[in-house]
Amino acid sequence: MRIKLEKRAAPSRLMVVLTPIASVLLTMLLGVIIFDAMGIDGFRAVQDIFLTPILATYKIQDVLVKAAPLIIIALGLSVGNRANVWNIGAEGQYIIGALAGAGAAMAFGQTGGFFVIIVVIAAGIAGGMAWAAAPAFLRNRYGVNEILSSLMLTYVALQVLSYLIGGPWKDPNGRNFPQTAPLADGQVLPVYEIAGVPFHFGVVVALILPFLFWFLMSRSVLGFQIRVVGSAPHAARHGGFSQRQTVWLSMLIGGGAAGLAGVLELTGSLKAINLGFPSGYGFTAIIVAFLGRLHPIGVLIAGVVLAITYVGGQVAQTTVHIPNSTAGIFQAMMLFFILASDILVRYRIRIVGNKDAAQAAPAGE
Amino acid sequence: MPAEMQQGNAPARLELRGITKSFPGVLANDNVSFSVQPGEIHALLGENGAGKSTLVKMIYGIQPQDSGQMLWNGESMSVPNPKAARRLGIGMVFQHFSLFEALTVLENIALGMDGAQPSRQLEAQVREVMQTYGLALDPHRIVSTLSVGERQRIEIVRALLLNPKLLIMDEPTSVLTPQEVEQLFGTLRQLASEGCSILYISHKLHEIKALCDTATILRQGKVVGTCDPKVETPKSMAEMMIGGNLKSVSKEQRADFGEVLLDVRSLNLPRLDQFSTPLHNVTFDVRRGEIFGIAGVAGNGQNELLEVMSGEIEAEPGSHILIDGRDVARDGASRRRMAGICSVPEERHGHAAVTDFTLAENTILTARHRRNLVTGGLVRNRAADSYAKEVVANFSVKTTGSQATAGSLSGGNLQKFIMGREIMQTPDVLVVSQPTWGVDAGAAAAIHQALVDLAASGSAIVVISQDLDELLSLCDTMAVINVGKLSDKMNVEGVDIQEVGLLMGGVHGDPGATAEAEAQVEAAHAH
Repeated sequence: MRIKLEKRAAPSRLMVVLTPIASVLLTMLLGVIIFDAMGIDGFRAVQDIFLTPILATYKIQDVLVKAAPLIIIALGLSVGNRANVWNIGAEGQYIIGALAGAGAAMAFGQTGGFFVIIVVIAAGIAGGMAWAAAPAFLRNRYGVNEILSSLMLTYVALQVLSYLIGGPWKDPNGRNFPQTAPLADGQVLPVYEIAGVPFHFGVVVALILPFLFWFLMSRSVLGFQIRVVGSAPHAARHGGFSQRQTVWLSMLIGGGAAGLAGVLELTGSLKAINLGFPSGYGFTAIIVAFLGRLHPIGVLIAGVVLAITYVGGQVAQTTVHIPNSTAGIFQAMMLFFILASDILVRYRIRIVGNKDAAQAAPAGE
Repeated sequence: MPAEMQQGNAPARLELRGITKSFPGVLANDNVSFSVQPGEIHALLGENGAGKSTLVKMIYGIQPQDSGQMLWNGESMSVPNPKAARRLGIGMVFQHFSLFEALTVLENIALGMDGAQPSRQLEAQVREVMQTYGLALDPHRIVSTLSVGERQRIEIVRALLLNPKLLIMDEPTSVLTPQEVEQLFGTLRQLASEGCSILYISHKLHEIKALCDTATILRQGKVVGTCDPKVETPKSMAEMMIGGNLKSVSKEQRADFGEVLLDVRSLNLPRLDQFSTPLHNVTFDVRRGEIFGIAGVAGNGQNELLEVMSGEIEAEPGSHILIDGRDVARDGASRRRMAGICSVPEERHGHAAVTDFTLAENTILTARHRRNLVTGGLVRNRAADSYAKEVVANFSVKTTGSQATAGSLSGGNLQKFIMGREIMQTPDVLVVSQPTWGVDAGAAAAIHQALVDLAASGSAIVVISQDLDELLSLCDTMAVINVGKLSDKMNVEGVDIQEVGLLMGGVHGDPGATAEAEAQVEAAHAH
């Protein structure tokens, strides 16, 4: 008896859907085992991390606020990943997007209103795009690997952030805290409420955008181009689709989405930028993109799941006294499981009997 | 190497009894039995996918059989791995070589040996083998500087060093010039005369007729016949191989072509990377209704020529590609298609088609402009689907439908689909590379007929192929490409194979050979 991997005739659609769900379940199971082994009530911990956030109304609000940036960033990243363009620097693009938005808001002073908000948001998108343009240019012009350049630019963005909020953009009334001045009331996104759950406009964007991306990827020539370049670059060239243009497009879409997420976070929930602004959404969104199978609707669901683990991590911190970073461990486990189970999409597992025995037996004469 | 001719009722060198091997979804070999005598050159004949390669992989110990028995000199043999096969005296020369380009001939041979050996001793052995069998090769040359024929000689030397009693040759001539083929046959005949059995895999019938003593014919994994190729005709063997009547391509011989549709002038391409071949001053023209063939050994600039014609790579300034008088040399791939030139590259998977995409999506890849499959930045999925259905119907593509992925089609069916996708765009100029490579005989005939029909309807066609027989039967005119240079155009009727062989690089294939060959050809004409 041995276990054999066998290539499927066609990729399994069932497995595409099933493996992310299995990954989440396996993560929960392994979580129970690990925490029990550590002497913590594992069942309680997993329950708090995965279930409490969606059962308590006051926590749903948190989940939505955290899911919004994850979904928006992951949508942009999944476009790039479809084209085999690996933008790892969404965190930096998110920061620069927020800073660009803050800069634009500052330029308007206390003026607010619909058009100001539009301009602020546009500035955020442009900021994210600009930060992503550098790796795109370097890759197209000099063949620099975009994984490295985009990742390194994240650290540059962090430095830019601490310079600005500690220096030129420091809130004059902020008791010398390194923080920007809070946005004027007219520059803040509107807040809505359904069934007692308040949410800001950014959440609405995060719920609509996946459908827009879905349409873009499945129906537009642009989406076709991105998919072809990712699946078969040689065929794309044969079909007249430019590789360079696709690198530009997917980096700019990724950067623009991250910048949008950053500026929505600023105008929707935090209203000011301090050193705690970068919260790792840009990195977690990579997990969201893969858990969502690079599909816009999958990303929408995966974004909510990851947001649950964030919020749940905080819940578990107070109830079973485990560190907040536990959520990070759960997120990492999910990514490992999804990447590992990816093979089941193209291969099936078969258990075969030992053939050597049959072979050694002499054929009947 | 000791000569040992065995005769009388001595046991067969190799005997297969009821060998069966299945892979998921296919029965690759079904109860295959045959035997190879000492000193016999035995052909294993069959179409692509008939199970030839699977069978020899089992003999050479690369994969085990599911059931059945193999006998070696009358005794049951078991070959768990290629090393065991080599120890028994089985050598194999693969269709695709496994050589390190950056190492010398000798280093490559040393790496392939099972036991370590002082290099001076090995060199002496290598030189002896090369001298015995007339295999000209410098042991200290770097492999990357060698022609394909010379590389194959390394593999043969490697196999011969083991004093094989059975040598398996898998499609050895597909990359050789006619002269190199002759030389290879000389070596194989000498080996056979010394008692070494040879299992020769091919689908080239005239070669089998010229070389082999016996032929075992496989079809869909089963032995369908054994014959003496010397008394059969290529046609009769082909019919056994495909199991039906071979439909010949109906083509009118014609000399009156229309005006020049494709005019390529002084096309130059620099070396793009270390594995590419630069093109030098390629010049030719093709008239309305004409099928122009480009022969040559693989890797002499064919792929580069196709890509520079399709617009995937840009030629040097000063190059001209005129379609009906309009220069498209500076246009990209999409604009060239709109100007009337379509193309089919050699590699189907991932170049001519996207394997993971459906057939409908694959029509958008190259037919979106000429067939209006996109509008206002959006894909017209329904139009793409119906175009895919049309192609499937008109070219009898066997598939589950227009929503099947390209990768789920067999090689021949995918090639028919790709050819259909381009032909149904009614291009003024069609450039195809290896149109029937790895395609079964039925599909090949259909593809040839489609090309002939397209030419008859008034298109100009360029066929790039390594298969000389294909070009001779299909084309009106032809030229030979060697180290990125294209020879003068000649009429296929009355063409001299020896001359074509010389233009293909003769037996040496080194960069000076073209000039040499041209001089020889000219000298021959002067007489």
